[in-house]
Amino acid sequence: MEKRVIFKHKLLPYILVAPQIVITLLFFIWPASQAVYQSVLQEDAFGLSRTFVGLANFAYIFTDETYLRSIYVTIIFSCSVTAIAMSVSLLLASMADRAIRGATTYKTLIIWPYAVAPAVAGVLWYFLFNPTIGIVALYLKIYGYEWNHSLNGGQAMFLVVITAAWREISYNFLFFLAGLQAIPKPFLEAASIDGASPFRRFWTITFPLLSPTTFFLIVMNVVYAFFDTFGVIHVITDGGPNYATNIMVFKVYHDGFLSLDLGGSAAQSVILMIIVISLTVVQFRYIERKVYY
Amino acid sequence: MADVSLDNVFKTFGKTEVIHGISCDIQDGEFIVILGPSGCGKSTLLRMIAGLETITKGDVSIDGTVVNRLEPADRDVAMVFQNYALYPHMTVFKNMAYGLKIRKMPKAEIKRRVEDAARILEITEFLDRKPKQLSGGQRQRVAMGRCIVREPKIFLFDEPLSNLDAKLRVQMRLEIRKLQETLKITSIYVTHDQVEAMTLGDRMIVMDNGYAAQIGTPLDVYERPATRFVAGFIGSPAMNFLTAVVSADGRQVHLHRDISLTLQNGGLPGHGGQKIIMGVRPEHFVLGQAADAMLHLDLDHVEILGSDTLAYGHLGQDKTQVTLRLPSVYHFKKNTVLHLDIPSKNLHFFNTDTGQRIEMQA
Ligand SMILES: Nc1ncnc2c1ncn2[C@@H]1O[C@H](COP(=O)(O)OP(=O)(O)OP(=O)(O)O)[C@@H](O)[C@H]1O
Ligand SMILES: [Mg+2]
Repeated sequence: MEKRVIFKHKLLPYILVAPQIVITLLFFIWPASQAVYQSVLQEDAFGLSRTFVGLANFAYIFTDETYLRSIYVTIIFSCSVTAIAMSVSLLLASMADRAIRGATTYKTLIIWPYAVAPAVAGVLWYFLFNPTIGIVALYLKIYGYEWNHSLNGGQAMFLVVITAAWREISYNFLFFLAGLQAIPKPFLEAASIDGASPFRRFWTITFPLLSPTTFFLIVMNVVYAFFDTFGVIHVITDGGPNYATNIMVFKVYHDGFLSLDLGGSAAQSVILMIIVISLTVVQFRYIERKVYY
Repeated sequence: MADVSLDNVFKTFGKTEVIHGISCDIQDGEFIVILGPSGCGKSTLLRMIAGLETITKGDVSIDGTVVNRLEPADRDVAMVFQNYALYPHMTVFKNMAYGLKIRKMPKAEIKRRVEDAARILEITEFLDRKPKQLSGGQRQRVAMGRCIVREPKIFLFDEPLSNLDAKLRVQMRLEIRKLQETLKITSIYVTHDQVEAMTLGDRMIVMDNGYAAQIGTPLDVYERPATRFVAGFIGSPAMNFLTAVVSADGRQVHLHRDISLTLQNGGLPGHGGQKIIMGVRPEHFVLGQAADAMLHLDLDHVEILGSDTLAYGHLGQDKTQVTLRLPSVYHFKKNTVLHLDIPSKNLHFFNTDTGQRIEMQA
């Protein structure tokens, strides 16, 4: 049965939802439609003239070597961030779930990184790994490993991945811990009576029962890696060296604001928009169906 | 198959002790019921045998080996949980096969065992379903099946029938007993339902607040309850308790100044002059003749149950409430006086302070 509230006053319901609608219109629909509009125009760098070019901007970016490269980089980046952030946080959460003494302190400490803004996190890791003053870079040098992420593309990728993952671990940790604590103990007790080792219990009982949380976090992490890591890239590598960390969101900014190719940049953001919308749809579908058991 | 022995077992949670030293030897193939009110420590005791709770003090042995430090996995026990704890993401087949797969049993053997158990329990048609798609009774059978296929040394049950409706409970009770008799696997069964305890167990442990108040056969416990607690807990409606004073020679008890009962046999010679508690089961009153009856009960209220009649009334000056059960239908009027006798052998006596049973001399 659908629950319906009947309002006496005809106008009241509209007034109640108005703020929500205004915000959506102002901060989502309007900029989004602007982007779509821009993506079919070609504009000169000074904004003096525009021409309608249809899908030419899209056609162009898909033949652009650097754009294709940035898709590849984005996939590597977001998969690595998600994999690292998920596995480390799951490990930490299962340890916290067992901890008896000091559990609260431990949990609080793990949650802290989430309070750090991406750019600040970037600066932090940047200094740790800075080839001239960074302490980690120093130790690596002592052990004979030359670290310079402003020259070495692989190292640059590694650094932005762990910086981005580091922050996301806290977020995942919270959800995993809540998920673990929601699993009724008798399932695990029954499994241990059935003869399962702790390791086996984890993979055959805990992990499957945690799958809704895991799936939700995968989507959230991918979205985060796609869109929320701009600050990290901007501070640490600026997309370099040689486009090695030039993820799609960063390229949108770079092409639009630095190269002033507004049409191409808008076309790229439309593509990103399509990606995020499809991720959201997948997530809603999946969660609505609750197919996990 | 195995025998189990509890040797002065204690359990402490933090600072509170909840099991205060329980000893019991359970024979191979025996069906033991642990009975007691909510919170008395039944589950805790069972979980200590399973290995799910550590043992604070004392020893639990299976087949003569102390298992205190063994993991549940290494004790070769199987357990039916109160809410069944079926793995929600596995089919019924996988639920039952889980323990066997861990023991690396060949696929064909697993299939054979699961299908055999499913046939006995009549759940063959549900093997491909998930637990969510089953009724409570079906889930209960699956939980039983998961234990049977393992062919463990010991079955442990923690109130397995408490989530079923009354009719199904009776049916499953019979089936559990039948199954245990065929398989002859040592079973320990926790319940707070005295009918289950009376009908299922070879012996029962009646628990009172972390102590084993009595360990004995159901009939033993009914006929000779070891403490006032056991006497009141077993039997429905509950036993009537009356305060009484033993006469100097121990041959009589005085209920009030106006009521005296003469005891047959030797009476209570060691307790002359003492204040004691006398217990009488509602079903042990006999209707007598006005002239020579022992007791005269003022009737307050009558319930006719069809097969028998429950009568509630009060006795003597201090109006002690008494319940009686008469084995057929009686249409008593309110405020009549019933004249009652009690065969001396059906009287129970308990120490006022300790609640311990006082035995009449033969
Ligand atoms: N993990 C625990 N920590 C602290 N106290 C506990 C714990 N588990 C049980 N207790 C306490 O131990 C006592 C016995 O509990 P137990 O679960 O064994 O009772 P029970 O006889 O099985 O009751 P019920 O019939 O309600 O299941 C209770 O007073 C309970 O509060
Ligand atoms: Mg219990």
